[in-house]
Amino acid sequence: MAVFTTGAELAPLTFVVTRADLIRYAGASLDFNPIHWSDRVAVKNGLPGVIAHGMYTMALAARALTTWAGDPAAVTDFSVRFTRPVIVPDDDSGVEVVISGVVKEVAEDGTAQVMVTAVSAGEKVLGQARATVRPGRLLDPAE
Amino acid sequence: MPLNLSYEGHSFPPGEPYLVGREKIREFARAVGADDAAYHDPEAAAALGHPDVIAPPTFPTVLTIPLAARLFAEHPDVGIDFSRIVHGDQRFAYERPVRAGDALVCRPVLEKLSSRAGLDSVSVRTEIVTVEGELVVTSWAKIVARTEA
Repeated sequence: MAVFTTGAELAPLTFVVTRADLIRYAGASLDFNPIHWSDRVAVKNGLPGVIAHGMYTMALAARALTTWAGDPAAVTDFSVRFTRPVIVPDDDSGVEVVISGVVKEVAEDGTAQVMVTAVSAGEKVLGQARATVRPGRLLDPAE
Repeated sequence: MPLNLSYEGHSFPPGEPYLVGREKIREFARAVGADDAAYHDPEAAAALGHPDVIAPPTFPTVLTIPLAARLFAEHPDVGIDFSRIVHGDQRFAYERPVRAGDALVCRPVLEKLSSRAGLDSVSVRTEIVTVEGELVVTSWAKIVARTEA
């Protein structure tokens, strides 16, 4: 099935990240680094304030990938560099992270190479983010 | 303590198995806002060919972050103070999705260590395998620590 076509720009998805999201993610992911919940510790580490877990941003990008693929199991390879922090204010509205993607290549079996861009507060927060995505791979009788 | 470059290529024995539970997958999926039915409902997962609910792609972080924290705490002579680190990069390569019922062990290797310009970095490759020996996912993580006050 042809979910992806080479060169296609994938519809950007916007996620809102609040302090409450980071607290919940810390508990669920078992990453309790205080720079993700304490302004005091974040500032001591040279940051402007609490930042999102890099892995939380990666998880949002993964949501975009599975949404574009229409298959929660489609991602077979995913790599990112954490180039800039997502700064999350202590307010009720949080900060936006916008995930967009471009299909670089599609193989005959439908496997696509996707370049991902993540932007927050006007800055790219992930570098060299690329994924291999194969929609419907487990339903393929050839496997 | 300076980074101990002699650890390059060092592997560590697998720890106790991590038993992947449905509720942990659901909790993680809710925390990242992933509402696909296959992460929550075993029947929906079965309809897609999975034996139980599957985990969102970045779920293996539940194993690898605590693993790294434990390794550097138990082996202080590596020279990484985990309270001062940031995550530089991350890659996962999946043989299949992690799913409820998996009993997983981690096989970490310190692939590359480097120390330059006030930054120490360690690249950790971790094979995550079932207790039966099936490779499920491989993780590569670069951990960076500032060495200046």
